[in-house]
Amino acid sequence: MNRLEWSDPTTLPDALTQLGAASVPKAGGVELMDLLKEGLVAPSRLVNLRKLPGLDCVQDGAGGGVRIGPLVTLAALAEHAVVRSRYRALADAALHAATPQIRNMATVGGNLLQRPRCWYFRSEAFECRRKGGAVCFAQQGENAYHAVFAHAACCAVHPSSLATALLALGASVELTSRRGVRVVALEQFFIPAETVTVRDTVREDDEIVTDVRLPALASGATSAYGKQAEKESYDWPLAEVAVVLDRAGNQCTRASVVLGAVAPVPWRARAAEAALVGRAVDATSAGDAGRAALQGAVPLRDNGYKLPLIEVAVRRAVLAAVEAS
Amino acid sequence: MGDTVTVKLPQGIAGDAMTEVERTISSDEPPPLATNDKLAVVGKPTPRLDGRLKVTGAAKYTTDVRLPGMLYARMVRSSKPHAHVLAIDTSAAERAEGVRAVVLVDHLLGGAEVREPGKEGSARYPVVRYVGQPVAAVAAATQAQADEAARLVRIEYEPKPFVVDLDDARKPDAPLVFPGAAEARGSAGGGGGPAGVPQKGNVRGPNRSGPSGPPLGDVERGLADADVVVDASYRTQVQTHSAMEPHGVVADWNGDALTVYASTQGTGSVRDELAEVLGLPKGKIRVITEFMGGGFGAKFGAGNFGVLAARLSQKAKAPVRLVLDRREEHESGGNRPSSVARLRIGAKKDGTLTAIHFSSYGTAGTATGAGAGGPAKNLYPCPNVLVEESDVFTNAGPAAAFRAPGHPQGAFGLEQSIDELAEKLGLDPLALREKIDTQQEGLLADAAARRVERRIGAEMVGWTRRHPAGADTGRIRRGLGVAQAIWYRFVNLDSTCEVRIGRDGSVEVLSAVQDIGGGIRTALAQVVAEELGIRPQDVTVRIGDTSYPPGPASGGSVTTGSITPAARNAAFLARREVYAQAARAASSTPEALMASMPLRAAAAKLRTEQITAQATRSDDYGGFVQGRGRRGMGIGGYGGVQFAEVAVDVETGRVQVERVVAVHDCGRPINPLAVEGQIHGGVIQGLSYALYENRVLDRKSGVMLNANLETYKIAGAREIPKIEVRIIEEYRGRSSTDAGGIGEPSTVATAASIANAVYNATGVRVRELPMTPERVLAALAHRTEVKR
Repeated sequence: MNRLEWSDPTTLPDALTQLGAASVPKAGGVELMDLLKEGLVAPSRLVNLRKLPGLDCVQDGAGGGVRIGPLVTLAALAEHAVVRSRYRALADAALHAATPQIRNMATVGGNLLQRPRCWYFRSEAFECRRKGGAVCFAQQGENAYHAVFAHAACCAVHPSSLATALLALGASVELTSRRGVRVVALEQFFIPAETVTVRDTVREDDEIVTDVRLPALASGATSAYGKQAEKESYDWPLAEVAVVLDRAGNQCTRASVVLGAVAPVPWRARAAEAALVGRAVDATSAGDAGRAALQGAVPLRDNGYKLPLIEVAVRRAVLAAVEAS
Repeated sequence: MGDTVTVKLPQGIAGDAMTEVERTISSDEPPPLATNDKLAVVGKPTPRLDGRLKVTGAAKYTTDVRLPGMLYARMVRSSKPHAHVLAIDTSAAERAEGVRAVVLVDHLLGGAEVREPGKEGSARYPVVRYVGQPVAAVAAATQAQADEAARLVRIEYEPKPFVVDLDDARKPDAPLVFPGAAEARGSAGGGGGPAGVPQKGNVRGPNRSGPSGPPLGDVERGLADADVVVDASYRTQVQTHSAMEPHGVVADWNGDALTVYASTQGTGSVRDELAEVLGLPKGKIRVITEFMGGGFGAKFGAGNFGVLAARLSQKAKAPVRLVLDRREEHESGGNRPSSVARLRIGAKKDGTLTAIHFSSYGTAGTATGAGAGGPAKNLYPCPNVLVEESDVFTNAGPAAAFRAPGHPQGAFGLEQSIDELAEKLGLDPLALREKIDTQQEGLLADAAARRVERRIGAEMVGWTRRHPAGADTGRIRRGLGVAQAIWYRFVNLDSTCEVRIGRDGSVEVLSAVQDIGGGIRTALAQVVAEELGIRPQDVTVRIGDTSYPPGPASGGSVTTGSITPAARNAAFLARREVYAQAARAASSTPEALMASMPLRAAAAKLRTEQITAQATRSDDYGGFVQGRGRRGMGIGGYGGVQFAEVAVDVETGRVQVERVVAVHDCGRPINPLAVEGQIHGGVIQGLSYALYENRVLDRKSGVMLNANLETYKIAGAREIPKIEVRIIEEYRGRSSTDAGGIGEPSTVATAASIANAVYNATGVRVRELPMTPERVLAALAHRTEVKR
């Protein structure tokens, strides 16, 4: 870990003036410390965001939605009454991430901005494509925990469980810099899998995430999150899914099914959504959605086992979403 | 010594059948100790004397030691899996800010060496054979400076072909890890293996004479004579020790004397290895381990890091702290070797065993010691037994002893095959074991204990409700499994204690023995308190320091069985002396005073400020089955029977262990509370091995990919089942305490019992560890295909 300066701005404008390629924002510090310790980043300055006012709460948003501050911790998000009652998939995604200790420190903003958790990426011994190198080592290497979709360029899976739920819920991200404020739909926030670069998101170096916006769900819409992992305590998902269903009676009118831990970005399973829309939500359609979710999947040498896990996770989450209502 | 007396000691299992055994012992041995139910302190659950210090953070571990002027060190490690080191340039590191010393590894400890050194060619530096092999070390004023300087050391390599995968390494054209036959010599710090074993390519073996003795009979004939044969193959993974406190030392070379604070399982073995490597008399080296943050067999000697720290301290003329980080722990801190085993067992229709043939390959990386045949060789008597164990060298970090070496992996196969045999014979798994688990007097005579343990455990777990394999239906299927443990009874005969009694009645017990978490500090206090008629908290226990009388290294489950008799004997002798002096002062007889005068009052009559008595562990009263130097192998091993109850999600392949019932024996339990804690630890470590832990090496670079505690998966709070422990008291009149060990037997059967429970739940066998969702799903899918 290199030597660096520490800065404690107390106003947003002050923080923004300090940001740049070598002067990086620090929120909970969970992800950043991992990167620093492995020597994967070497900024000259950390700009601590935790003294900035107003970025650590969940507020009512426009049109009945909510705005989640970037410094809200995963623990706070998981316990937030409004989030839990209206966006259960998100609360559950936060609740099942990492450990209680990490959830108490890790923030929503930092979670969305995590770099890949691929073990080749995380080791300084491998100069992989996501670090500007020419090779994806996992493609021909040890890839039991890697992608089954869209892995032609890089087979790391997207590390954010929150992103899986937020994408299903139609979230957007507010980015602020000295140049101004822009709002980007989460779908456009992440760099697509096929155009792998050293950047994971459209965030520029001088921008910070100042808000995560969730629209109001249609009346009667319900959501659920499901995670398959080897362990319950402190484990990354082998496969995860967030499901949001709008229904008229038991008829599904709109479905959003997003898979996590299966592709370099949160992966919208459109075929699974199509398998649900216009049908009663029951064991049959849920099973069809699970199978449809596998459309386009191409397992690597060691991760074929993920397919049944995806199928089961989707089926169970679809049923959980309607059971909750 | 000289005078002997003949005494009667309790023999048998409390609550089962108790008799007495006659032993002729030295008159310096204390009188027989009654069974635990008749004692005041020994055998009573006693909270750890240092529990408060530990939970409040007041206990200072090696990693907490800070000496005035202390420097911080970091090791420089190989980035190549196999290479000749052509040049090492330390100049930039030496110039770096804060750096006070740089030293190179000149002789590597741990791992095997080529039998004929000429084959290696003349090299200036040790050949590197795995990623993470130590090459040099740097000491600087701060840890950050040391870390930075370590990165500035330039190593020029000539890379050589390498192989990290066990199966690849066995191929005839595999790159050679060693250019010729290799041997692990071992040192005062431990390690080593049988010499002269044949080697072809990377495969060293088969060794047919381990563990404990040559083959028996003729297995092919035994298999031919069998009515039923089970034939199956099993695989187990590499597990790293992952102790909470990493390996580390603070070395302080002052003048001609060296003091070393070490996180070790053997203060004496650290001293001895340093003496050997550095050429110092043992008396010039003092090793201190006041508190220890976990050791499972990989923390005996000084290790490369300890030697480097000592040399850095000598060079820089300052104390040096060298503590490994988590990556280093995983890569080079030792591990449990993998195994690929084929097991054939033959039996008659009534269950009588006719043959056991166990053949295994395992990799201990650059070391040896992957044998896993212990359970197959020793658990069930059989006229025809052949165990063939082969080590396969790979370019991976050297293995080290790991909690019952070879046994969890060996039991995983054996106990599944025994269950399979029972099923083929139409017998209940417990009924078959009742028939074949009949070891008679001798080395591992623990069958009688297991018989009681099976009965107690079956009742506790509710064995009668066990359904036929695969009978459960639905998404979550539950099952019940059992497996048995076996372990040797080793005794360290250097184990010595001193007991001091002061005129004010204060009592101290001293020994170099270290408390690695098993609770020997408290057990010593209990034994001395029992002998002196005082409370354990009134005994000051000074341990973990080689300036005290020698203690055993804590490995092989030897500690309690070795050191508590020495403590009791020393207390006995000290007490005898106190009353002798008091009797002289009071013109009475010692016998009369002992009956009427408490210790404190008698001590007040001491002629001098303090009296002291020292005693060394004597041979077992009944003798040893095998003696090895100052280490004996006692009569009667350690048993143990574990039952697991699992829930398997057959859609996701996830196994949740819901309950484990563990019934164990360890001779006379001194502190049942500590024994129970050890068994909890053994079960949890065994469960973690069964389901999660797995070292992942990149086959193309030799780099360990999960060298952290995030992707190297260890059971967490939510994975821990309800664990119910029952400890039986097993007496054999072996020593003045008749105590034994529990650390190792408690982890032998866990993975096997879970595997048998998974089979009972699902009707499919998972023969490879860890039993991940991937493997369970594959096993279930395979069955479905076969049925189609």
